[in-house]
Amino acid sequence: MIGVGKMKQYSNVLDKPLSKGKQEVSLTAFSFLFSELVQYNQTQVDNIAELERRLEDAGYAVGARVLELLCNREKGNRRETRLLGILSFVHSTVWKVLFGKIADSLEKGTEHEDEYMISEKELLVNRFISIPKDMGTFNCGAFVAGIVKGVLDNAGFPAVVTAHFVPIEGQQRPRTTILIKFADEVNAYITLFHSLFLKLWDKTLTFDTCSAFFHPFCNRCLKERHG
Amino acid sequence: MAPVGPRSGDAIFSSIDRVNAELFMLTYGAIVRQLLTDLEEVEEVNKQLDQMGYNIGIRLIDEFLAKSGVSRCVDFKETAEMIAKVGFKMFLGVTASVSSWEADGTCCSIILEDNPLVDFVELPDTCQGLYYCNVLSGVIRGALEMVSMKTEVTWTRDVLRGDDAYELQVKLLKQVAEEYPYKDDE
Repeated sequence: MIGVGKMKQYSNVLDKPLSKGKQEVSLTAFSFLFSELVQYNQTQVDNIAELERRLEDAGYAVGARVLELLCNREKGNRRETRLLGILSFVHSTVWKVLFGKIADSLEKGTEHEDEYMISEKELLVNRFISIPKDMGTFNCGAFVAGIVKGVLDNAGFPAVVTAHFVPIEGQQRPRTTILIKFADEVNAYITLFHSLFLKLWDKTLTFDTCSAFFHPFCNRCLKERHG
Repeated sequence: MAPVGPRSGDAIFSSIDRVNAELFMLTYGAIVRQLLTDLEEVEEVNKQLDQMGYNIGIRLIDEFLAKSGVSRCVDFKETAEMIAKVGFKMFLGVTASVSSWEADGTCCSIILEDNPLVDFVELPDTCQGLYYCNVLSGVIRGALEMVSMKTEVTWTRDVLRGDDAYELQVKLLKQVAEEYPYKDDE
């Protein structure tokens, strides 16, 4: 057979057409690879916090690339510029592409205005992982938290993202919650935007329109609302 | 129920859980980048990737045997065909072909028609000595070692290094006799 095993070569990776993203590999292959990532990083650290930080770093690299890839492929070269927009982009588009399903839930934190949570009953990376007793609160979801952070940071919404196990009643295995806490500068930026908006266009920007369009925790709106 | 007889790679691949290949390739990329930062020397990275592959291989063979229903191969030729046609398909969803047999049947080439590790990859000048996909050679070596075959697996062609295909040379060094019966009390 002529041409078997010949691959088309491109002088530059950017000349290559973007794949449609339909290709798949077995879950086993991914799980083994992920387990090697965790095991390798275990040899590089002295404590759990450090291990989580390194997994987060690895995820961050994935997130940054996923954002770029998906904005090109799924969003026609547009990137979300609104906070709720980017959150739902993570919760639905990113999740769907990476994990084959939309995340189980996206909720607003109850205690703080600038916290959001994405929860997943059985996070893909935790599926075959059981945490030894002596490793305490370690959660391999740190890798996914890193992906989320990578997406948000590079879209201009810096945040601190962490992964936690949350026990569910009547279930043996806890679910994983990815906690997103936006950086103060996001808040400051949005508040500034609100002020500019008032000055330039519309003198009647209410809390509801502000939160719908810009930011659900605009400082200025919150002050007005809570007095 | 135990599967009856060997199943084709396609059939197995379509019946098992799968994940998006992009998650896989980006995660692998993240691993390689971490290794490059940590170990600095490209040679060391090659070694570590091979070691990771080996670790995977020695565990992956169990799943291969359980899911494929393949029994003992009569010779190394059949083994190589199994790796290319069933192994690559069921784990990575790609097909590979076997060629360039040496006359004594102990050395051949496995050519990958598609490689799910490299879609977004370009080697920078500083990493020219890197065998980016070295994890794959480790997997084959590890898996074969678990079925009593000592092999040497090396990359002979690599698109990332300017060749026209991905080609692995698998060389059978020796067949280790299985010790049987196993002594339980040791």
